[in-house]
Amino acid sequence: MSDSWQPTIVAFACQWCTYAGADLAGTSRIPYPPSVRVIKVPCSARVDPSFVIRAFQRGADGVLVSGCHPGDCHYMEGNYLTRRRFSLAKPFMSYLGLEPGRVRVEWISAAEGQRFAEIVREMTGDIRALGPNRKMRERL
Amino acid sequence: MRKIGVFVCHCGLNIAGTVDVKRVAERCAEIPGVVHSEDYSYMCSDPGQNLIAEAIEEKDLEGIVVAACSPTMHEPTFRAAAEAAGLNPYQVQMANIREQCSWVHPDDEEEATRKAEGIVGAAVEKVRRDEPLVPHEIPITKKAMVVGGGITGMQAALDIADAGYPVILVEREATIGGRMAQLSETFPTLDCASCILTPKMAEVGRHPLIELMAYSEVEEVSGSVGNFRVRVRQKPTYVDWDACMGCMQCQQQCPSEVESEFERGLGTKKAIGVDFPQAIPNRPKIDPEHCAHLRGDFCWLCSRSCPVDAIDYEQEERIVEEEVGAIVLSTGYDMLPQEVLGEYGYGKYPDVIDSMAFERMKSSSGPTGGEIRRPSDGEIPKEVVFIQCAGSRDPDKGQSYCSKICCMYTAKHATLYHHSVPDGQAYIFYTDVRAGGKGYEEFVQRTVEEDNALYLRGRVSRVYPEGDKILVKGVDTLSDENVEIHADLVVLATAVTPRTDAREMARIFNVGTDEHGFLNEAHIKLRPVETTTPGVYVAGAVRGPRDISDAAAEASGAASKVAMLLSREEMETDPLIAEVDEGDCSGCLWCVAACPFDAIEEKYLTRRVGDREVSRRVVEVNVGVCQGCGACTVACRDGAMNLKGYKDEQILAEVESICLIAGSQQ
Repeated sequence: MSDSWQPTIVAFACQWCTYAGADLAGTSRIPYPPSVRVIKVPCSARVDPSFVIRAFQRGADGVLVSGCHPGDCHYMEGNYLTRRRFSLAKPFMSYLGLEPGRVRVEWISAAEGQRFAEIVREMTGDIRALGPNRKMRERL
Repeated sequence: MRKIGVFVCHCGLNIAGTVDVKRVAERCAEIPGVVHSEDYSYMCSDPGQNLIAEAIEEKDLEGIVVAACSPTMHEPTFRAAAEAAGLNPYQVQMANIREQCSWVHPDDEEEATRKAEGIVGAAVEKVRRDEPLVPHEIPITKKAMVVGGGITGMQAALDIADAGYPVILVEREATIGGRMAQLSETFPTLDCASCILTPKMAEVGRHPLIELMAYSEVEEVSGSVGNFRVRVRQKPTYVDWDACMGCMQCQQQCPSEVESEFERGLGTKKAIGVDFPQAIPNRPKIDPEHCAHLRGDFCWLCSRSCPVDAIDYEQEERIVEEEVGAIVLSTGYDMLPQEVLGEYGYGKYPDVIDSMAFERMKSSSGPTGGEIRRPSDGEIPKEVVFIQCAGSRDPDKGQSYCSKICCMYTAKHATLYHHSVPDGQAYIFYTDVRAGGKGYEEFVQRTVEEDNALYLRGRVSRVYPEGDKILVKGVDTLSDENVEIHADLVVLATAVTPRTDAREMARIFNVGTDEHGFLNEAHIKLRPVETTTPGVYVAGAVRGPRDISDAAAEASGAASKVAMLLSREEMETDPLIAEVDEGDCSGCLWCVAACPFDAIEEKYLTRRVGDREVSRRVVEVNVGVCQGCGACTVACRDGAMNLKGYKDEQILAEVESICLIAGSQQ
């Protein structure tokens, strides 16, 4: 795939940490590839693994699920649920045939604008190397 | 199909400098259902808000998307503008095309514009599925509970009561006063602790709006902000406190003398009586472990001496249910137990004591009547070694934190010692002297200059007896020399620790703790006395080591939060919370296990089938408790649970819109 191809990455970001971290990347003017589209959720525990599968079915090339660092959850233990759910869901999706680099679960705090930008950069690079996702894709 | 309006903001050049805002507005007008789409230089300005209001009124919009900055910036602005124009404020969505688009993709106008189209498109799909929502109004029980009757809890209770609201003050011990009642003098002014504390205790005792529940503990809390139900266990005192007049004849007659925890092992108490004469309530209790009668012996001395027949050997514990609107937790701290500090001979050698024992010794009502004497032989010590950071700032002992108060009280001890024993010498081993506070640094300087305390920077390696002295070996790291002191008395500034049952209390009140067990505040800087559970506040050393000034300030802070809450007749709660479709719910209760707030309860639906009643288990969301995290929606196996404002269909619609628009742009 050429460097000009822009993959589509759907990012589920918790409103307390990661969404604010993405805002901070903006206010700090830290550039990153325009591949990512953020969906704000109250907590990463709101992200049903089936949302991730739906994104791939509809043509996403990568999905990022991101919340507060363990111990920092605004709802005390929501991100622990996320960690448990995705420690099951990720290997399952890889078993289905999605390359591991396409789904990432990351903890990004409201202070980590730089980290948000770096993760988007990394994912975009990794997915460019993998090429468009064809598994489960069903364009509407 | 609902009529949607889209408003694209230029934000001057902040957005329009990178994103082709006109193209975004034009493309959005092509989305089915979008009946109005326009762009404007500053949507948040008055003319910008007027554009939105006019469009809502003229075109009967049923949802709007404002494509501008982050919702944390102006969502409240646009929600208010929409509401003023007659649109439900929860049918407003922000599309963040500034922080998450124009500012991070400054070099590629085409890509930034495509991304903006995707962001706005997803917001249109979301707002199309937004229901009008109204905040819930719940009535408030205008009464507070303060748990812990030390200086913090007393201050909080008095402030709340003075604001005009009834307060129940729950105290585990038989008297209020807490740790401060054990202290001799207080830094940096050397006021006598009792002189400033006991008048406050008396004020609490006689305040018409404060109900004191001493010798009681909270067992269980249910309900939520504005309406908590609290079960309190009143432990048996074996004395009818209503009948008792507090003459303490019983205490004088009691033959059982036992070691007193209040006196830190330096003094004794009777099996019946009060810990100190100014106790509030001034009523005795029997310690069943040491009472001869309750242990089965032939003794009725207290009962016989009581002029009002108040002794009741048969008394049992009582469970009391209270309803309150707000709760303040102020249960204070413990001190590091002896066994953790073995290397200092603490608990092994009688002349190695902790700071609280020194406080009792210096207290004029204490076991030595205010004289500093060696516990072993009663002699006046001529050389006293104070060891700071005994357990604090020491990750190996489990306390990585600074206990904050020890630098100041050790300086105070050295000063008081010099006042009592002018020809004696105080040595202080310290790590750093931390004296941040009004008048604190000056106090430490006086301790050195006027009260001759010798500060040695370094840790103590060994403490062991030699003859009738205690040999303290350490190192002065400033001169790099070994130091040996033949001390008469060693005083350890033991670490301030959470109450041993702090984690259990955190569970009961649904509050978080840090890794040590101190209770967590909602935000360490900006919401220091709130917790993540609305209506539950924290103040004082329950949050971490604090001195009296800080604890009193936090108590007043928590009290004002409580007064703010109770001053309202009804309370609005955020409508973006979970809701269950009872028809689809199978009652599996997986959501109950996922909820971090215990906001979901089971209930039974009964209906008549023929002549039989059939009952089925479902769940119910407590609207006052639910915080809207959505963890339950993912746990729900039936798809019966949904989160308002973030319904499955809304998030899936966003996913589809993003993928569809991105696909069409490839």
